[in-house]
Amino acid sequence: MSESAGRRRAGLRYSSGVTDTPETPLKRTPLHAAHLCAGARMVPFGGWEMPVQYTGVKAEHDAVRTRAGVFDVSHMGEFRVTGPDAEAFLQRVTTNDVTKLKPGRAQYNWLPNESGGLVDDIYVYRVGPEEFLLVVNAANIAKDWAHLQRYASGFDVRLSDESDRWGLLAVQGPQAETLLQPHTDVDLSAKKKNAYFPATLLGFGVWLARTGYTGEDGFEVFVRAEEAEALWEALLALGLTPAGLGARDTLRLEAGFPLYGHEFAEDLHPLASSYTWVVKDKDHVGRAGMQAAPPVRLIGLALERVPVREGYPVLLGNERIGHVTSGTSSPTLGHPIAMALVRADAADAEAYAVEVRGKTHPARRVALPFYKRA
Amino acid sequence: MQTPPELKYAPSHEWLAPDGTVGISDFAQDQLGDVVYVELPEVGRVVTAGETVAVVESVKTASDIYAPASGTIVAVNEQLSGSPELVNQSPYTDGWLFRLDVTEESGDLLDAEAYAAANG
Repeated sequence: MSESAGRRRAGLRYSSGVTDTPETPLKRTPLHAAHLCAGARMVPFGGWEMPVQYTGVKAEHDAVRTRAGVFDVSHMGEFRVTGPDAEAFLQRVTTNDVTKLKPGRAQYNWLPNESGGLVDDIYVYRVGPEEFLLVVNAANIAKDWAHLQRYASGFDVRLSDESDRWGLLAVQGPQAETLLQPHTDVDLSAKKKNAYFPATLLGFGVWLARTGYTGEDGFEVFVRAEEAEALWEALLALGLTPAGLGARDTLRLEAGFPLYGHEFAEDLHPLASSYTWVVKDKDHVGRAGMQAAPPVRLIGLALERVPVREGYPVLLGNERIGHVTSGTSSPTLGHPIAMALVRADAADAEAYAVEVRGKTHPARRVALPFYKRA
Repeated sequence: MQTPPELKYAPSHEWLAPDGTVGISDFAQDQLGDVVYVELPEVGRVVTAGETVAVVESVKTASDIYAPASGTIVAVNEQLSGSPELVNQSPYTDGWLFRLDVTEESGDLLDAEAYAAANG
């Protein structure tokens, strides 16, 4: 038994961890010991040693869809941007309209490169008129930092990399609010999606954001790194199910959320996705590069039985017109689902096929997201 | 982790029974996680030890299954098409994959003790 050839390129590797011999030592989050205690299987992910699962992907996935779970996402990076030009700077380096972002709110956003691809997809949190926090993908921390430094000259801003100072826990699921409310001083029912606010939670001073990456309601909790483990233990004691990267991937895929390195990349036009609202009519770094229409489009595919994985060819008739970017067996829907980048002129058909180990299997185009909460 | 003593084990985690039945070990199913699909070979196919003959897909990944012996495929576990989770639930009994009419076993098969020691 070994990992099948078609899967070897994938970003989310899954193995015992013992077969991977990375060139540089893997980083660990402040919760590393707690994960081992909770029975996690640790795997390399984007330069980090992360829990892929505790009891099983399906059980953790179901817990988040039906009750609530908690993920360690401390590997993600945090950059603080302050100064008189903070807003103008972010307005230049991102595609969404930062001037519309009020203090106490969060916004999904992109960092474009000059050729119109993405350096990263990020979240921007506005603390005050001249203060923002950016949350960036773990694998892109060094690259994003260099990119932002390069564009910061000429702006009166200060950037600080606070990635090592913060633990980040994602509490996700329909019962997230009910479970947390008795343990915080803030009326959570008054906080809408994308709210961002300081709070005391279980005795810890934290920042909460009503955001997530699962398609469920929930909160992301910014906690000081040295207090992350104690908060994690306290959250587990409330009955939250610890959930790993495996469930995070099946949940985000069902919810139709792109993942950098799969659906987005430096050399991929991000408007191949349906997230066109993230690009506003303004003078951003990638404006010229994004002028041309994307040659490909991101579509959703549903299959009957055979799971399809990243890199598998997508066919229309007998012609190869694209490839799978992310694929899994959907625990909620009970059949395989995939996102695929296909040629724009071949993106409107209903019936496709995906080649799996030399055989073709029918795939139906379905609207994204695959799953939307009631 | 269970390793029944009557079976032989490949270092790549397949087991081979004296009657030619092949499956994956308890250790392997645990490493894979929830199995959602199993692709089995055609009955009648002649295979060489070490050749990829099946694929087991979990939620997260696809894993190749290698023949632990040379021979002819004489049966496959049809139950797995409707119930792939049998591989997790009963890796040594109801979750078997296929049966070989063995002509020659692979040279690197381990007994239960050696396999368990290697995967402790």
